[in-house]
Amino acid sequence: MKAAPAPAPGRVKVEIRGLAMTFGGDGRDVRVLEDIDLDVGDGELVCVLGPSGCGKSTLLNIVGGFLAPTAGAVRIDGEEVRGPDPRRIFVFQERGVFPWLTVEGNIGFGLSKLPPGQRAERIAHYVRLVGLTGFERAYPQELSGGMKQRVEVARALAVNPDVLYLDEPFGALDSITRLVMRAELLRIWEAEKKTILFVTHDIEESVQLADRVVVLSARPGRVQRIVTIDLPHPRDLSSRRYLELRDSIFEEIGLAHKI
Amino acid sequence: MTDTSPSLLPTAAPIRRGARSVGRILLGFSGVAALALAWDLAIRFGGRTLLPSPAQVAAAIFELTRQGFLVRHVVASLFRVTWGFLLAVLLGVPLGIWLGWNRRARAAAAPLLELLRPISPLAWIPIAILWLGVGDASAIFIIFLGALFPITLAAMNAVAKVPEIYFNAGRNFGLTRTDLVRRVIYPATVPQLLVGLRLALGIAWLVVVAAEMIAVNSGLGFLIIDARNAGNRYDLVVAGMVLIGTIGLALDAAIRRLERSRAVRWGFAAPASPAPRRPRLAPAR
Repeated sequence: MKAAPAPAPGRVKVEIRGLAMTFGGDGRDVRVLEDIDLDVGDGELVCVLGPSGCGKSTLLNIVGGFLAPTAGAVRIDGEEVRGPDPRRIFVFQERGVFPWLTVEGNIGFGLSKLPPGQRAERIAHYVRLVGLTGFERAYPQELSGGMKQRVEVARALAVNPDVLYLDEPFGALDSITRLVMRAELLRIWEAEKKTILFVTHDIEESVQLADRVVVLSARPGRVQRIVTIDLPHPRDLSSRRYLELRDSIFEEIGLAHKI
Repeated sequence: MTDTSPSLLPTAAPIRRGARSVGRILLGFSGVAALALAWDLAIRFGGRTLLPSPAQVAAAIFELTRQGFLVRHVVASLFRVTWGFLLAVLLGVPLGIWLGWNRRARAAAAPLLELLRPISPLAWIPIAILWLGVGDASAIFIIFLGALFPITLAAMNAVAKVPEIYFNAGRNFGLTRTDLVRRVIYPATVPQLLVGLRLALGIAWLVVVAAEMIAVNSGLGFLIIDARNAGNRYDLVVAGMVLIGTIGLALDAAIRRLERSRAVRWGFAAPASPAPRRPRLAPAR
């Protein structure tokens, strides 16, 4: 059965229609995604949640223009996505930071067309925004994982994109840094008003961050359910509503919430 | 037995790095000194006809310096190495990057490269003389050939290994193909490229000596062959060898210095947080 496209609040920014992806290899085709329909509103933070191997990263790579889907289409502002575009930046885990550039060099990577003065100003602004003042001249190998992740987020924000794609951006960080980075992301999101599509396998993370959580089923990934998180930020992680929402997603994924 | 073998990477304790490196240099000198001592003793107690003594070689180097030949020969050799090596870099790096980037070109060129690579550059000497005559051009051509293959292969393999994530990030920021090569692929390959350059410079220096024995009448290779032919001056022969070794060492150290610059150190250093050494729980059997 085909689910109706999920309603997005406000103006629709990203429109995913009838998306399917099949990887062919050794004569065996692997169906990764099937019948994905999803709208993401302008300025909305949507988390795509699912078990490992459900195709959520593939979905994000298609939306980002790095992969062409087998069927269906992605439209952004009504225009079909045919490749990567600097108006929409993909944030990899901290592995995407260029090791041969300093923090400044990385953050300014997409700003080469600006006059030097403006470029320096923009870099300084984003260095401050992600809290890396004093590390402008440092190379990535001299930074911790969390700091590298901030560099990558700043590099993405510096080109002033409308949309950010984050692929398990905090997955490689320790749990304390991860919490800090989530708070930072929310702070930046509220300050910069970007549309964010955030892929994660972490249920708590999705409920803490998202306006809506899109739960994907196991492979082939389909939209199993969309949960609207009707809690204002900052969210109280021990409030009844938060726990309710979180538990409903645990159930949706088929996990008893006990260890 | 990983826990018992000595690591090639510097271990912890960066605080005493200065003291450590002085210690390492002293240790390196002690090896040279030990060889010189053993050599001297062998001459004293084993008969003088085998080799000139270290003192005689030192005197020969002094003589060469005083007469101005030392500078002339060293400059002549360095001149040829510089040109041959530079031409190999100018052709080999772009060629290697292109081959690494273009899968079809790589498939077409790889067998050819592997076919040419094992042919010693010295085998080209007769052809070089046929084409370019006796003189600097032949020597430079031979050095160029010797350096070209390691540089091209290093660049090609380095590009093929650039993580896809860097390509994607570059494309995401809207880079054109040219900019992608200039701003992502080239810098991503520099560390491996430097390794290739070091290898190639070593080969160039090996080859120049041989080329000078045949194709020209100056340089350290010429010094060696000329000292033998013109009166069996083995003190000058060994002096030439010592100079070749010393300059080779200096060239190698110069490239190693580049490897330590901050912009490329990421390609050489140990990972930021290396896996902790496994404590030995039981004696190895």
